[in-house]
Amino acid sequence: MADPTRFTEDALVFADSLYASALRMTRNPADAQDLLQETYFKAFKAYGNFKEGTYLKAWLYRIMTNTFINSYRKERRRPQEIEVDDFDKLHLYNEIASRSAEEIALDHFTDDEVREALESLPEQNRFAVLLADVEGFSYKDIAEITEVPIGTVMSRLSRGRAALEKSLAGYLKRRTLVETDR
Amino acid sequence: MTFNPFETSACENTIHELYHFLDGELTEGRRREIEMHLNQCGPCEDVMRFQEELRRVLRDRCQETVPQDLRDKIAALIHHESKVDEVDR
Repeated sequence: MADPTRFTEDALVFADSLYASALRMTRNPADAQDLLQETYFKAFKAYGNFKEGTYLKAWLYRIMTNTFINSYRKERRRPQEIEVDDFDKLHLYNEIASRSAEEIALDHFTDDEVREALESLPEQNRFAVLLADVEGFSYKDIAEITEVPIGTVMSRLSRGRAALEKSLAGYLKRRTLVETDR
Repeated sequence: MTFNPFETSACENTIHELYHFLDGELTEGRRREIEMHLNQCGPCEDVMRFQEELRRVLRDRCQETVPQDLRDKIAALIHHESKVDEVDR
């Protein structure tokens, strides 16, 4: 059994990050809090097997991802969608570029809009975007955390990012409609 | 104006590898080639800056702080578990 003081010192450093991801994974604060507790509980029990030199943050994310999939997942896995092409990477950019200059700032998106856009993505693509763009994990780390090959990580990321841009572009369109109604 | 990435093959390649470039997942040689193109091509540089900004916004908007009571609960759970385990032995 690991030393509890040492474990909390080492592992609780990542609690804010893990909690932010838990919220985006479960899309529900009560489940996110349970998921975080369960993750730390399991991590502590397994900490005796933790090998020095392993990336602790990625190890904790792997436990959390597995726990989520086994106990909290409500959505059924969807079949993989078609590949995105390079034009999809420019969707939001072109949408914004076609508008007036005042609307260009991405900073105009609210926290809720960005979070909702992320949470609206299918689970596998959402996790990939979350781990790469919010948490800054490498493809290799994400492959280990989600237990899929690197090629799969890359295609999930492309699909997730393209869908996220479409979703954000949707907020812009709706906002413009509201403004022209006035 | 809508940006057409397929104006030149260098633009095409840059947009194709843009995610890998921003993710820091290209080989050093490829990274340098893309970087050189970005320095010379305004439209591609705009797209790259936009993507960078989008990631920053995404990261900033998704920050959270664990509520203190939850943090305390986790610490208590771990200390309790370590005691239970000692008793079991």
